[in-house]
Amino acid sequence: MIEIRDITKTYGKGDAAFQALQGVSFSVKDGEFVAIMGPSGSGKSTLMHILGCLDTPTSGTYILDGHDVSTLSDDELAEIRKEEIGFVFQSFNLLPRTTVLRNVMLPLVYKGVPEAEREIRATEALHSAGLSDTHFKHRSNELSGGQIQRVAIARALVNDPTLILADEPTGNLDSKTGEIVLGTFQNLNEHGGRTIILITHEQDVAEHAARIIHIRDGKILEDSPVKHRRRGDLSHHEQ
Amino acid sequence: MTAQDIFHETYTALSANRVRSGLTILGIVIGICSVIALVSIGQGASSSISSSIESLGSNLLLVMPGAARTIGAAGVSAGRGSAQSLTYSDASAIGAQVANVAAVSPEVDGRYQAIAGGNNTNVAVDGVTAEYAQIRNVTVSEGSFITDAQNQSLAKVAVLGPTAETDLYPDGSDAVGQTITIKGVPFLVVGITVSKGGSGFNNADDLIYIPAETASHYLQGDEYLSSIDVSATDPTVMTQVQNDMTTLLLQLHHISDPTQADFNIINQADILASASSITSTLTYLLGAIAGISLLVGGIGIMNMMLTSVTERTREIGLRKAIGATRADINMQFIAEAVALTVIGGMIGIILGILISMGVSATGLVTTSISWQAIALAFGVSAAIGVAFGYYPARRAAMLNPIEALRYE
Repeated sequence: MIEIRDITKTYGKGDAAFQALQGVSFSVKDGEFVAIMGPSGSGKSTLMHILGCLDTPTSGTYILDGHDVSTLSDDELAEIRKEEIGFVFQSFNLLPRTTVLRNVMLPLVYKGVPEAEREIRATEALHSAGLSDTHFKHRSNELSGGQIQRVAIARALVNDPTLILADEPTGNLDSKTGEIVLGTFQNLNEHGGRTIILITHEQDVAEHAARIIHIRDGKILEDSPVKHRRRGDLSHHEQ
Repeated sequence: MTAQDIFHETYTALSANRVRSGLTILGIVIGICSVIALVSIGQGASSSISSSIESLGSNLLLVMPGAARTIGAAGVSAGRGSAQSLTYSDASAIGAQVANVAAVSPEVDGRYQAIAGGNNTNVAVDGVTAEYAQIRNVTVSEGSFITDAQNQSLAKVAVLGPTAETDLYPDGSDAVGQTITIKGVPFLVVGITVSKGGSGFNNADDLIYIPAETASHYLQGDEYLSSIDVSATDPTVMTQVQNDMTTLLLQLHHISDPTQADFNIINQADILASASSITSTLTYLLGAIAGISLLVGGIGIMNMMLTSVTERTREIGLRKAIGATRADINMQFIAEAVALTVIGGMIGIILGILISMGVSATGLVTTSISWQAIALAFGVSAAIGVAFGYYPARRAAMLNPIEALRYE
């Protein structure tokens, strides 16, 4: 359960101050698949940073899984990210020259999970993200774009987070591969019960979610369920 | 993060850029290796100088005749040794009246032509007594040394140093029992000394020992001594023995003003102290030069780590996003810097030992490698890793994850 109330974020001071978020409130229930949509400069990236505990709001409260995380220090935020949040980035951000398995295990390293358990959990996460064992020993730069992003999804899943936050996950992929990745998210949401927030500026990507929050100029413009939901491509799902 | 994880991350990061890591390590290798090699050369030189001074004799005090202390004062000085001021009675008075004296030997030195058969050599001939062997650590390999009886009876006997023996008997035939002539006077060879090493002007092997009284009577023709060799019973009493001898000799020579003394006492401890202060200064100097190269190596590490932090900004951002704390990032980069210096340190120690052994093998200086120097070099290299890795690691740890993830 995610609840944000009257969140504002101001950058700079005095005359140069810029208010990126001007009082945003909404809540996301466990198991929801929500898209946050808006053009660039709308404040959606700022919102994503706050939702992802990479940044704190100037005012307002953010309750994540029962904790108020709006006033925590940097290291406390790192702890929350470790436990509660899985990130999927537009540019994948996998470690190059490192195997798929090792990449997925990385969050568990920082979490202090014992060596033996790491591999089991990473394998499970990779299976959930639709990757078969044949890829596990590959280096991340030996995979296709769709596979790389699914490895990143597996990495986001591996610490069993409250929230998966995907920031333009299809932005660097062609539309066909994008459908595969979106299908993976839908599968995780519907069959794995994962809570997913997808940040995008594309209407047809957003329509893969069950609910769209439109944001513009730092305010919520519209918050409504998707009437005609698009289905992603699950045919490449390897499990 | 467990130690194993840190090790794994460090290995991956360093092996990702082998050439750069290798060159950075090379900087530390050169630094550590030169510290070890140069300090071992310095310490080797120091101990070889000390041992060659100690081989002169044990707790040795040398009474030399005249003049040296009046150099530069009013009046003409003919130089040390020119004054004929020391006599046999001075030597026996020192033996009888000064406390804590273990042995006294008068010395009557000259340089003469020695002939054996068809071979001849110009050699130092030292007239000494039996106690000389004890004072100067002389041992004989064959026959025996000069005895008191031979001294009293003006016996014409000689003990050859090994170099003198080879010069006179190049064919290797046994010299003991043979007769040689020194300045035309025939002498019976009664012994050969063990080699003490040394070279150049003060070669303890290129010598012939004969009884002191014999030297005075047959070779020199007067009763004055070249020097008196005194050995104290213990290193701690050398100053007392020196002072007592000065007082005694001033009194015997009827001199009231000590600055006008017609003799000069050289204390082995003084020579040793000044020589060791020179060599330890030399060691510090060499160490400091090597230390500069170690410092440069450390700066190389910092340079590489800063470049690496900049290149891996996005990676750092990602690690922070998935839950790495500042301490985790800090540790990872410090570990990389320490790994570079420790690897460089180990290679440097091995190379330094090899170079030091190589220098010994050339025979110029016998180097001595101390475990303290190695431990110090290793500690210093690890400390350099921490010191020069700290700033880059801190920069990495303080990166804002949002900006780091956006970094192109």
